[in-house]
Amino acid sequence: MVCALGIEGSANKIGIGIIRDGEVLANVRRTYITPPGEGFLPKETAKHHREEILGLVQASLKEAQLKPADLDVICYTKGPGMAPPLLVGAIVARTLSLLWEKPLLGVNHCVGHIEMGRHITGAQNPIVLYVSGGNTQVIAYSNQRYRIFGETIDIAVGNCLDRFARIIKLSNDPSPGYNIEQLAKKGNTYVKLPYVVKGMDVSFSGILSHIEDLADPSRRRNKRKKPQDEVDPEYSKEDLCYSLQETIFAMLVEITERAMAHCGSNEVLIVGGVGCNERLQEMMRIMCEERGGKLFATDERYCIDNGLMIAHAGAEMFRAGTRMPFEESFVTQRYRTDEVLVSWRTD
Amino acid sequence: MSVEILKQGAEGRLYLGEFKGEPCLIKERFVKKYRHPDLDTQITRQRIKAEAKAANRCQAAGILAPRILHTDLNTHKLYMEYFGSAKTAKQFIQETVTESAEPEAVKQQLQILCTRVGGIIGKMHANNIIHGDLTTSNILINPTAEDYDVIFIDFGLSHYSQATEDKGVDLYVLERALLSTHSEQPYLFDLMLAAYRKECGKDEDAVLAKFEEVRARGRKRTMIG
Repeated sequence: MVCALGIEGSANKIGIGIIRDGEVLANVRRTYITPPGEGFLPKETAKHHREEILGLVQASLKEAQLKPADLDVICYTKGPGMAPPLLVGAIVARTLSLLWEKPLLGVNHCVGHIEMGRHITGAQNPIVLYVSGGNTQVIAYSNQRYRIFGETIDIAVGNCLDRFARIIKLSNDPSPGYNIEQLAKKGNTYVKLPYVVKGMDVSFSGILSHIEDLADPSRRRNKRKKPQDEVDPEYSKEDLCYSLQETIFAMLVEITERAMAHCGSNEVLIVGGVGCNERLQEMMRIMCEERGGKLFATDERYCIDNGLMIAHAGAEMFRAGTRMPFEESFVTQRYRTDEVLVSWRTD
Repeated sequence: MSVEILKQGAEGRLYLGEFKGEPCLIKERFVKKYRHPDLDTQITRQRIKAEAKAANRCQAAGILAPRILHTDLNTHKLYMEYFGSAKTAKQFIQETVTESAEPEAVKQQLQILCTRVGGIIGKMHANNIIHGDLTTSNILINPTAEDYDVIFIDFGLSHYSQATEDKGVDLYVLERALLSTHSEQPYLFDLMLAAYRKECGKDEDAVLAKFEEVRARGRKRTMIG
């Protein structure tokens, strides 16, 4: 029986989760929300996390009705992510580990997402589409590693959505992606955008530049026009959000399907913050039905970064006998999914 | 016309059929309901045309690829040459590894394969054909009387370009596909690249520099979770 507490703080969410033998006992989270038109910066995000984290630790223990002595292991996100926010989680985890005399485990953020998705949905050996603000990867398990078959060759899909939301000044509450999704539901004219697929890889930066120009024609570098000439955008925000979603999600579904054909797999699991977009889930479900496959997806509690996924992946590692010396309890901004030895899976 | 479903690939369904009395493979890019109809029509037409064009370009350059017998844009079907006894390079590599006990013999056999594959990709790029989806699933090994032919398929994502950027990305896609699919044989790509350099023409250094640049973009990306 393993009871694990997990701390996640690699981006703008700080979350604590407690899990005991697969049973969810607590999952609390706070999000650092910036004003419309602004993104989150490392220093300010870390400050937000520092202010919230201790309250969350207490809240999680209370929700789980546990004492520190009931825990078996403290887990934290080791990377990848922004260093200052990551450090907040790591320092608190180290302190709790020494204070409560519990072993400490660093967990790869991406592996946390995958394991949580598998646990909640019951998917056995799926092709994983991991889509978030910092990552876009198509992953399949083979021989003790989560191998990356396809990924973005420039920016992540969530980054593309977030930056577009900033250009059209959408609110960051609860998240820019959620607000794009709501606007897109009102759009009905499809605006043609670049469609960039390279084998199992995708590229989003060209699409972003293109749609930014459509949303705000004054950005266009045209020397003959003076900056004060206000140009009205040709398309409504609703139509642009709709077209952006339709285009980039079609690309994601296409590379997932290509990976399914390449690996001979029939299951798809979507994880990561963008994964709770219902339009993406719908498109993926249609694709799966067309080839007799099955889709597994989760809602915002488990899709968006959370402490529970770190607790769960850490508990799996702990159960399989993985231990980490205290000296190795650092954080790293670069930590690829395929660097982790998946000791807990034997298939 | 008799039609027999062979398999469902990444983009379409494959059938066995015949065209003007000749047995052939029919690739149907059926309507993808998940895509917006405008986008779907655009992509489907573009890819059918790309596949047909690339096959002709390969023929002219002396690169083996299935002959296109007929193109039907209305029914989204492509009729092409069928290689009944061929297997994919992915199967070939995996079988070579499991069947032979001698690690040296395995490496020797794979070296021959990689040299041929790399050489053909070099030739493709020298002729400005960008494949767009280089994986071991898209390379066929077709046995001949004493040896085998290496045949490239699935040119749906291909295009014609002289740009070093496009060639660099093509190589990057290949490297990533090899590392994920054949992780136990990490030497495959280097062998292919060595053969590629001999065949890829005058832009060799520029393409290799671009390839390194595309790789570096990938490394930078791993920073944020």
